[in-house]
Amino acid sequence: MKIIACIKQVPDSEAKVKAEGGQVTWGDAPLVINPFDEYAVEGALQQKEALGGTVTALCIGPESAKEALKHALAMGADEAILVSDPALANLDSVGAARILAVAIKKIGDADMVIFGRQTLDDGSGVTGAQTARVLGWPLLSLAASIKVQDGSVTVDRVIEEGRQTVSGKLPAILSVVQSIGEPRYPSFMGIRKASKATIPVWSLADLSENAPASVVARTELMNPPSEEVVCEIISGETPEAIAETLADKILAEKVL
Amino acid sequence: MNFDLTEEQRVWKKTVHDFVAKEIKPKAREVDENSEFNWDAVRKGGPVGLLGMSIPEEYGGSGVDSISMAIAMEELGWGCGSTALAFAAHNGLGTAPLANFGSEELKKKWLPLVADGKHKLGALALTEPGAGSDIQGGVITKAGRQGNEWIVNGAKMWCTNASIAEYIITLVRTDPRGGSKSLSMILVPTDTPGLTIGPAEKKMGLRGSPTHAVTYDNVRVPLENLVGPEGRGLQQALATLDAGRIAIGAISVGLAQSALEAAVDYARQRKAFGQPIAEFQAIQWKLANMATEIEIARTMIHKAAWIKDQRRPFNKEAAIAKLYATEMAERACYDAIQIHGGYGYSREYNVERMYRDARLMTIGEGTSEIQRLVIARHVLASE
Ligand SMILES: Cc1cc2nc3c(=O)[nH]c(=O)nc-3n(C[C@H](O)[C@H](O)[C@H](O)COP(=O)(O)OP(=O)(O)OC[C@H]3O[C@@H](n4cnc5c(N)ncnc54)[C@H](O)[C@@H]3O)c2cc1C
Repeated sequence: MKIIACIKQVPDSEAKVKAEGGQVTWGDAPLVINPFDEYAVEGALQQKEALGGTVTALCIGPESAKEALKHALAMGADEAILVSDPALANLDSVGAARILAVAIKKIGDADMVIFGRQTLDDGSGVTGAQTARVLGWPLLSLAASIKVQDGSVTVDRVIEEGRQTVSGKLPAILSVVQSIGEPRYPSFMGIRKASKATIPVWSLADLSENAPASVVARTELMNPPSEEVVCEIISGETPEAIAETLADKILAEKVL
Repeated sequence: MNFDLTEEQRVWKKTVHDFVAKEIKPKAREVDENSEFNWDAVRKGGPVGLLGMSIPEEYGGSGVDSISMAIAMEELGWGCGSTALAFAAHNGLGTAPLANFGSEELKKKWLPLVADGKHKLGALALTEPGAGSDIQGGVITKAGRQGNEWIVNGAKMWCTNASIAEYIITLVRTDPRGGSKSLSMILVPTDTPGLTIGPAEKKMGLRGSPTHAVTYDNVRVPLENLVGPEGRGLQQALATLDAGRIAIGAISVGLAQSALEAAVDYARQRKAFGQPIAEFQAIQWKLANMATEIEIARTMIHKAAWIKDQRRPFNKEAAIAKLYATEMAERACYDAIQIHGGYGYSREYNVERMYRDARLMTIGEGTSEIQRLVIARHVLASE
């Protein structure tokens, strides 16, 4: 079984992200592997453990994104590939899907490609689906469990209406949700391996591709309007009295 | 000269920090209150490599360098003194002598088992009711050969992990005539008949780390359970303690770091005389002293570990690092309580526990007096 886990590097969830001069910035907050993609790597490693084979972590990003790939290696991925090119700096999800599809084909022989459910930064949650579209492979999204048998894959999907079991022929694209299992911690053995690993970097030329044009242009970027927060401590003789004042205030504010 | 961690060490530090922040620190108060060992930390820490730090990869360990070991022990100490002590006793005392001096058969049989987190841990019993600092003169637990077995008789005290261990490496007198070549180490599986592990000692702190008296009543183990050559027990014990001291020092740095963080948080938020107490110079000086001493201790711990990794004698540096770091941690925790005022004395706040936990560090694996004795010997011999 050859499994590819697609991962992205994003600002840490505690970063204060804001717009500055039409650009998104997160100050000097650290960049980490997209937390949702840790589940993708976890899901891929589980399948490797169950079926044998290899896990390749694949990422589009700047040179610094090697750190995210190393995280995947330290968790237990066998190899990692970075697609990096200055021309890919402002990629949208359609563009990312096109590039990923080419890279997946270049890696070759993949049986399963696993995505996280969404990213922490753009959060579109559609890159996996778009990649499936480009490749013409089935998409099994929001998987809570994965089972491979006789050349097809069956997943339990977690959707708003409940659970749904679907299956499709391999090769297939999957996205996973948290119920796939808590991502394992990197091990020292994995960290040692990752720190020695050389991660191949593929440019657009290596992929024989041109930079995909954006289909949607971002013309303006603004910070959300700042909110005035006032904190008021309600006091009273008894808990009942406090609760009553609180209820009155909530009703007066038309919150309820 | 280069004070930067390697990439491997830097990522390891972050990994262990994240692990401890999620799996160990949140349970620190509970394990202390209920005198409960954090088994979850073992189950989850095994795959991370936290139980095989002294064990080479070929025996299922992570075989980390000494600085990485110190880093992990500091992070564990930052999260929970009890769990850190149990992990230190396992890595430094319970598995290191076996990995360093044990036979191929013993290593193959026991090391993968205790490194994976699915089983129990390792323990080392040097101290006896009548012998702590003076193991050469004081150890009376003895072992004699009978056929192809050792027969062990005697009693040990203060054995960390005894009740949660697969085996206890026991320091025994194998030559009744005494002297520096009269002691040996023998691996005793904890299910061996005649071995009795007493109830957990009731301690001032570190209650989540069980410590026990152990008695040996005609305990029989195969001759092959000798760890290292017969008669080398004292030297092996002293070498083990040298490395263990770096670990105890590192735990102390972690405890102090945690106390500092708690004190900073509290000082920012507590108000007196119309301002946060962090604005008072008296509080700032305490914080500055803590930060300074923590940095000094950490640097010295890393230096001792670095010298060890260069395979040079590090006995003096380990003693200096342990002495300073452990006494520093007590001062830091004392000040953290002081900054918390009355709340610091409450069990609702963590600094109280850290203070109790830190208190052991100047005693275990060689008291401060013994560290000073070791340092003084070096000073008088050379300088
Ligand atoms: C929580 C805990 C866990 C422990 N875990 C283990 C373990 O896993 N395995 C193990 O073998 N032991 C363990 N110990 C024992 C510990 O290592 C000893 O307590 C320590 O070495 C001191 O020995 P002692 O208690 O016998 O004190 P003693 O040696 O009797 O010392 C009493 C006092 O005399 C001082 N003193 C002794 N000799 C000298 C000297 N030459 N010069 C000046 N002062 C001196 C000491 O510094 C101390 O102040 C543990 C102890 C505790 C409390």
